Amino acid sequence: MGILSHNEVEIINIIVCIKQVPDTTQVRISQEGTLIREGIPTVVNPHDLHAAEAAISLKEVYGGQVTALTMGPMGARDALREVIALGADDAILISDRAYAGSDTLATSYILAAAIARLGNNLPVDLVICGKQSIDGDTAQVGPGIAHRLGLSQLTYVQKIRELDPERRTIVVERRLEKGVEVVEGRLPALLTVEKNINEVRYAPLPNLIHATKFKPTVFNQDNLDLDQTRIGLKGSPTKVRKIFAPPPAARGEIIAGPELAPSEAARALVDRLTALNLESSHA
Amino acid sequence: MPKTANKDIPAQAVWVFIEQEQGVIHSVSWELLGVAATLAVELGASVVAVIIGHDVSRLTPEIFSYGAEAVLVVDDPILEHYRAHPYSTALSTLIRKYDPSIFLLGATTIGRDLASPVATEIGTGLTADCTQLEIEPKSGLLRQTRPAFGGNIMATIICPDHRPQMATVRPRVLAIPAVRPGLTGPIVHETIEFGAEQSPTKILDFIADANADQAHIEQAEVLVCVGRGLGSADNLPLLQELASLLGGQIGGSRPVIEKGWLPASCQVGQTGKTVRPTVYIAAGISGAIQHVVGMKESDTIIAINSDPEAPIFAIADYGVVGDLLEIVPAMVEELKQRQIRPLSAPVIGGRQHDH
Repeated sequence: MGILSHNEVEIINIIVCIKQVPDTTQVRISQEGTLIREGIPTVVNPHDLHAAEAAISLKEVYGGQVTALTMGPMGARDALREVIALGADDAILISDRAYAGSDTLATSYILAAAIARLGNNLPVDLVICGKQSIDGDTAQVGPGIAHRLGLSQLTYVQKIRELDPERRTIVVERRLEKGVEVVEGRLPALLTVEKNINEVRYAPLPNLIHATKFKPTVFNQDNLDLDQTRIGLKGSPTKVRKIFAPPPAARGEIIAGPELAPSEAARALVDRLTALNLESSHA
Repeated sequence: MPKTANKDIPAQAVWVFIEQEQGVIHSVSWELLGVAATLAVELGASVVAVIIGHDVSRLTPEIFSYGAEAVLVVDDPILEHYRAHPYSTALSTLIRKYDPSIFLLGATTIGRDLASPVATEIGTGLTADCTQLEIEPKSGLLRQTRPAFGGNIMATIICPDHRPQMATVRPRVLAIPAVRPGLTGPIVHETIEFGAEQSPTKILDFIADANADQAHIEQAEVLVCVGRGLGSADNLPLLQELASLLGGQIGGSRPVIEKGWLPASCQVGQTGKTVRPTVYIAAGISGAIQHVVGMKESDTIIAINSDPEAPIFAIADYGVVGDLLEIVPAMVEELKQRQIRPLSAPVIGGRQHDH
């Protein structure tokens, strides 16, 4: 924690973690079994835009500061600029060859270190992430950061009900399998948010112009000075053994083509269903 | 703490997290015990089930009946409702003490919330949302296969140098093993020190979904799933009639949920639920990979689509090329004429795969 205590500063300090991801519908595998990423358009992970919107909305209500944070190649600055255009105040890019190939454990280590560093200047109250990325789909990095920094872990958040800077608490609704859990967490907290938490605003033109010129601060291994054995490909406990295209299921009997009358097609289908019924052990 | 402090819990075992809420065990726990048994046989290891909560000791006979060889229990009022911090503290403590080789959890909202802080605390690898687990012949490593990039790509992940090899496993992809009542084994109770701040979070309320008591689509034996081809929510009653004639339920692909035609709890696919009903009827669904990953394990797949090139036909057992708005009413008519008895009554609770 920094020198200033929260009693002295009336400001909510929020970090938004985002990720630049390939448009997953266009990713393919080469004949050599490697991922073809070249020429594939990138986007800000859709869930993360909702995280940014949540952070900026909180700032508008409570006052404060929003900093967007990402790790990736220098090209990921474009993703940060998109969040600046939405209304974030600052943006940090963590970029270093030494971090390439990090799995979720190494990634949460690096991001947590960067957040801790930002917290030295101004204590962090909230870290907000998207529920998961659309490329990895793991939902592991957010909770990993929360654990490393001792933040209250609040995942699957679909609504922020109340933030109480004086009591240092936040009340959120979590979307679970069978209902909604209302939970209070002490600050600092880490939220991962569902897409239905909000509608992402359109960036106003002056913001867009500002964002185009915005130069994010770059953190690298020189200034973060992280444990070499815990970063990048070598510092990642999980290894990719192989990637492959999902095997096509060999099925596909067309029992009724377009030339058949609906009543005949229906009869053919119901025949099959009836046969299943006779054979079915579940009946 | 010395490792393997108890002879009943051997080191290098295959562990399964038994997920329970209010004393009801999530069926993915049984699926995990099934695959754990297969892995353990190949490794010559034993299967240990871990259950944590409050007043959960009474659940151990059921856990043994699905194939656990030993059960580790942490029973504490702090653990009455699931919360990430105390639950992960308990699991990390147990892992440090007993040194398992493999640790499996369900890729449920609880399992995914819990696995990451545990893996982070232990400093080991974690693979999310696996759909296939197997032991690599020579190395003895756990091969963890999962969809990535929205299901367009499958990746096989290993964790060579860290233990346990941790994975969350997608529910309803693996089969539930046969129940063998009467099996038993050692039960080891552990007490955990939770420290001064037992949890940084406090549950204030739980608002159950209005339809939470109804059968869920994951439990349906017959699932009629509609896609964009439905055209309008006004056509839903047609599909509902077909589903009820077949004793089934209704689900939808992502566009249908996004248009608000059906609630999110009915969504099948990568960002929705995984189902494996006896009969899956895809009506007006093109069969995008993101949808297919959520239903391809269904026993019999029937596709109705007006586009003969729709990818859904490649995975369907029986395909009908035609407009669902014509085919489905004709099916309803045909079923009524034959007065077919339902394939099955809607079930509530778990189902068993014994084939």
